[in-house]
Amino acid sequence: MIEIDNITKRYGDNTVVDNVSMTIAPRTVTVIVGTSGSGKTTLMRMINRLVEPTSGAIRIDGEDNRGIPGYELRRRIGYAIQGHGLFPHRTVAENIATVPGLLGWEKSRIEAKVKELLSLFQLDPAAFGPRYPHELSGGQQQRVGVARALAAEPNILLMDEPFGALDPVIRAKAQEDLLAIQKHFGTTIVLVTHDMEEAFHLADKIAVMDKGRIVQYAAPEDMLVNPATDFVETLIGVGERPFRLLSIGTVGEAAEAGTAEGEPLAAATSQRDALSSLLWSGREALPVVGADGVPLGRVTLASLARRAARPR
Amino acid sequence: MKRLLPNLLRLAALIILVAFLVQPALFEPLLKPLVQANAPAIYNQGSLLSLTLSHLTTVFIATFAATVVAVGLAILVTRPIGAEFLPLSRSLVNIGQTFPPVAVLALAVPVVGFGEKPTLIALFLYGLLPIFENAMTGLSTLPPAIVEAARGTGMTAWQRLTKVELPLALPIILAGIRLSVTISLATATIGSTVAAKTLGEVIIAGLQSNNLAFVLQGGLVVAVLAVLIYDAFSAMERMVSRRAGRV
Ligand SMILES: Nc1ncnc2c1ncn2[C@@H]1O[C@H](COP(=O)(O)OP(=O)(O)OP(=O)(O)O)[C@@H](O)[C@H]1O
Ligand SMILES: [Mg+2]
Repeated sequence: MIEIDNITKRYGDNTVVDNVSMTIAPRTVTVIVGTSGSGKTTLMRMINRLVEPTSGAIRIDGEDNRGIPGYELRRRIGYAIQGHGLFPHRTVAENIATVPGLLGWEKSRIEAKVKELLSLFQLDPAAFGPRYPHELSGGQQQRVGVARALAAEPNILLMDEPFGALDPVIRAKAQEDLLAIQKHFGTTIVLVTHDMEEAFHLADKIAVMDKGRIVQYAAPEDMLVNPATDFVETLIGVGERPFRLLSIGTVGEAAEAGTAEGEPLAAATSQRDALSSLLWSGREALPVVGADGVPLGRVTLASLARRAARPR
Repeated sequence: MKRLLPNLLRLAALIILVAFLVQPALFEPLLKPLVQANAPAIYNQGSLLSLTLSHLTTVFIATFAATVVAVGLAILVTRPIGAEFLPLSRSLVNIGQTFPPVAVLALAVPVVGFGEKPTLIALFLYGLLPIFENAMTGLSTLPPAIVEAARGTGMTAWQRLTKVELPLALPIILAGIRLSVTISLATATIGSTVAAKTLGEVIIAGLQSNNLAFVLQGGLVVAVLAVLIYDAFSAMERMVSRRAGRV
């Protein structure tokens, strides 16, 4: 659990983060959104003390984060930086091994971890491990950046626009991987993004920042139904509301008993993508299958339409 | 392929240089036309090889000391605690550069006596500036995202310096050492005016006895050494900057 308690950061007269309080539940994904310069990065960097607050306190699992030296704190908290920040003089494998190395892990354990992470991010360990960052594409560099943040299996992962440079296909895949990793390790993730689609897809809770303040901190559904301010409403996009609502749930949750013709949908597909497939195939219903291909029933246009309507 | 010809030329220069230092007599016919009938064409007041070696040793020691001090100062003033020493360090290093080495020799001799010592002092002071300025540039222009990442992964200040900042600044620091060493190779010749064993002895002997062959061979040996060492440093820089991804 991360408790942010009346945190303020000023640079001179400029209040960058203004008296922010929020509690982030363990094993959840919290997404911070807001305009450029609203203080998202600064707020996040106060959690691992890359920035020291002007006033206020942050507690991690009940303990003040100033209780241990900053570098030790940061070895426990994964940090994927805006614009990857890979070390150019170290190979991909060495980059990923950074924190385990600092923690003094055994060589064989580090090697196994590097392999595991590279495979997880669809980078062949034999081909990519020995390369230098400048020999990678932007998207590959970004994935290595995330892999480095995850290497020491931190309980908390801070991610600053981690998927910015990825193409839509890899991006979708990276998001799925992230959710899978989050479920697997029970990591608490705080993620900054400019992409509302991504926010609604990943978040258990969304924090909207404007001029250093949190204007709303709520579950995505609640935010759609009750946007706190006009700013939040604009950010969500009025015309996008039904689709945002659908993008929160998976088709597995919307499945009902019955059968249908056509290309089956995987249960993990978002309801929004399912709607798309239904509309595009021109069918009223499509079959739903589990990860192992077991039929789970079907999903209908009508049920998705019901789910897309404003909740009461 | 493109590098082949220059490399062959360098190799040839090195072979000729070594041959000349070991067996100068072989080259006598070439230098003979430069001197009057009875004068010697090859330096005969000592071994050219041992003069060259002591010339190189003097330059090496002075440059090494200048590197340690200049890089150390640059590290200090690029840390938050040392930032206030930046103007002072800059002035000191600048004085070292602007004070003519000849004047340093003249001032040093009464204090430390004749021989290698005053030369070492002059070369050391003269060599500080390029190394200091380059180390400063290298350490203060690191990409912010990378410095940030080094902190973000939980490196201590010392680990950041040794594992990230110095390796990334190395190509630029090497360029500073290259400039310094080239200047020192030439400047060391004046050390012979205060009895330091350098190739300046050959040139001075030539000037005193009006022997053009002496002057030429002393000057050429220094020049070829400078070119070869300069090129060796350049190659080293290319190698480390390729590794540092700064190509
Ligand atoms: N070290 C600093 N000194 C002075 N001002 C700073 C410093 N760091 C950030 N700021 C200012 O604080 C404000 C918030 O910056 P921050 O990086 O937190 O914004 P952000 O929400 O992450 O923006 P973006 O979406 O563009 O990344 C900006 O106006 C920025 O100029
Ligand atoms: Mg930011």
